Amino acid sequence: MSILVDKNTRLLVQGMTGKTGAFHTRGAVEYGTNVVAGVSPGKGGTKHEGIPVFDTVAQAVAATGANAAVIYVPPPGAADAILEAEAANLPLIVCITEGIPTLDMIAVRRVLELSSSVLIGPNCPGIISPGKCKIGIMPGYIHKEGHVGVVSRSGTLTYEGVHQLTQLGIGQSTCIGIGGDPVKGMDFIDCLERFERDPDTQAVLMMGEIGGSSEEAAAEYVKTKMTKPVAAFIAGQTAPPGKRMGHAGAIIAGGKGTAAEKIAALQAAGIAVARTPAEMGATLKSVLR
Amino acid sequence: MKIHEYQGKELLKRYGVPVPKGRAALSLSEAEEAIRAIQQETGSPVVVVKAQIHAGGRGKGGGVKVAKGYEDAVAKAKAIFGMQLVTHQTGPEGTRVKRLLIEQGIDIARELYLGLVLDRVTGRVTVMASTEGGMEIEEVAAKHPEKIIKQSIDPAVGFRPWQAREIAFALGLKGDEIKSAVKFLTALVEAYHQLDCSLLEVNPLVVTRQGEVIALDAKINFDDNALYRHPDFSELRDLDEEDPSEIEAKRHDLSYIHLDGTIGCMVNGAGLAMSTMDIIKHYGGMPANFLDVGGGATAEKVTAAFKIITHDPRVRGIFVNIFGGIMKCDTIANGVVIAAKEVGLLGPGRRQGSERSEAREIPLVVRLEGTNVELGRQILRDSGLNVVSASDMADGAKKIVELAAKGAA
Repeated sequence: MSILVDKNTRLLVQGMTGKTGAFHTRGAVEYGTNVVAGVSPGKGGTKHEGIPVFDTVAQAVAATGANAAVIYVPPPGAADAILEAEAANLPLIVCITEGIPTLDMIAVRRVLELSSSVLIGPNCPGIISPGKCKIGIMPGYIHKEGHVGVVSRSGTLTYEGVHQLTQLGIGQSTCIGIGGDPVKGMDFIDCLERFERDPDTQAVLMMGEIGGSSEEAAAEYVKTKMTKPVAAFIAGQTAPPGKRMGHAGAIIAGGKGTAAEKIAALQAAGIAVARTPAEMGATLKSVLR
Repeated sequence: MKIHEYQGKELLKRYGVPVPKGRAALSLSEAEEAIRAIQQETGSPVVVVKAQIHAGGRGKGGGVKVAKGYEDAVAKAKAIFGMQLVTHQTGPEGTRVKRLLIEQGIDIARELYLGLVLDRVTGRVTVMASTEGGMEIEEVAAKHPEKIIKQSIDPAVGFRPWQAREIAFALGLKGDEIKSAVKFLTALVEAYHQLDCSLLEVNPLVVTRQGEVIALDAKINFDDNALYRHPDFSELRDLDEEDPSEIEAKRHDLSYIHLDGTIGCMVNGAGLAMSTMDIIKHYGGMPANFLDVGGGATAEKVTAAFKIITHDPRVRGIFVNIFGGIMKCDTIANGVVIAAKEVGLLGPGRRQGSERSEAREIPLVVRLEGTNVELGRQILRDSGLNVVSASDMADGAKKIVELAAKGAA
């Protein structure tokens, strides 16, 4: 098993005919993801590499039974794309787009609070259940089917962690990049809850970074609610305060959100924290039962 | 993006936020003119001379002075203009004051604090207020958390009048002050949203002896992701306040932050870039920068990145750490080869020297992983360049720290 996406996922791509959308749709299809529809307003009725294109998400869902959406729409229209997918009651929405204004995401998050839809991202690599379904921009081949859940705020750092696991012969149930923005959909806890419930996930590797307090909240959750072992890494131990480290969310502000604080909270919760990013895989291996 | 106090106040005024009468001056003669104008306009000899730099803590650093009379004001403007202002936010070298704000003196009865920030936990904008005006909110939070008044803005209904009243009463305001404060708060929240701010702080917010509520200071940061909606904000950018290398990086769509160490890093992805800095430190080195080349690094981008890194005279070695996913390792290897040949990877300063023989190469360690990795490594081997290949992150970090130390010795 896995969480959120598997062989039954029927994917719809918003912004499929754009350059980025087209490229990654091809990658998803090659990986074996069931891509059932594309949405590009004004191009409804056409086909793109054999995949039917619709004008609206609602039309695409009605015609194809899509149950997940991925968004490659540029920043000015991305929040609207999420809301359109939510209005069509899609259970899972993955937004890859980087650079969405924060106020737009505040409105989106308010809508999602009352919704049954779940959002991953924005500004994230996506989600993959190895061997079953890949949604997003991660390289599929570094993954291996298995029993470790991976959740991360980063992109390439996630690949690094996954690669280390695969090199050690440790496969993954599902890997989720939740994204580097301050206002987003799923957070660590939402993923940890699902990994805890998933009978096929035996342990979790989480990768956090400076800024905010999601890692501290996750530590509290692991301490009080989780039975499965968790290993972690926190990026940004050398980052100076007040400087935004690439991700909009990765900034130490007002003395809060430092790596040291996060590592201390994780360790206090019994989580094994990798000393360096080169030891993420080995640290996870050390907690496997 | 950050702006100056005087720019922030001009923007706030447009939304009906009361601010003192003031004029900006970019030179001493402009300052003299501004002092005369403000004194004439208010009929009072009292003016305030305020250094305009982006860092906070200006008052404590001696960058804000009250003056009485024209001569005194000019003397104070002369003292502040051009000074190297050191505050807790500028670092020990300080920032040169190149702009002044000349403002009317205000008859202060009370100093309060007001701030609008994003609360990441709730995903909403929060209005924070406190009676401890002038004190930094972080300090208040640490010492007197009970003194911070908070109201969270529900985006579905916006900031409500009752919330403004709640804050006004909690601040101990009375009579007409309440009405003024509600108006002030409503205007401030409107400005935050219309301007796509990521931070809006008024510290201090003052109540005058006449019962008016005025923004004595204004600190505004804009959401970088929303700048495309505000093309006019580019005029507000003060390039003197930014690191020249960071400006150059932005031009090439690179995310670069200058740091104090000696090992330059070039990485794809922000999280991996931070991790690379961390592992360099773990093995005894110090990173000279954060640099994320992004997902679609071309030879041009890599060349620009090398130029920016080697421009830093402290750089003694470069560590390229790439996890190729969408970006293929052979593409990045080609970029590295082209860039290394073009830039030469020679230390700055030495390159300008007439004696070419004095030039010394900056060691380069490259760690490639991911799509087409073998092809990428082959390209580096065949390049004829003195590139040290690393098998993984730890190996690369160890090697560059060693090589950089050798070069410095």
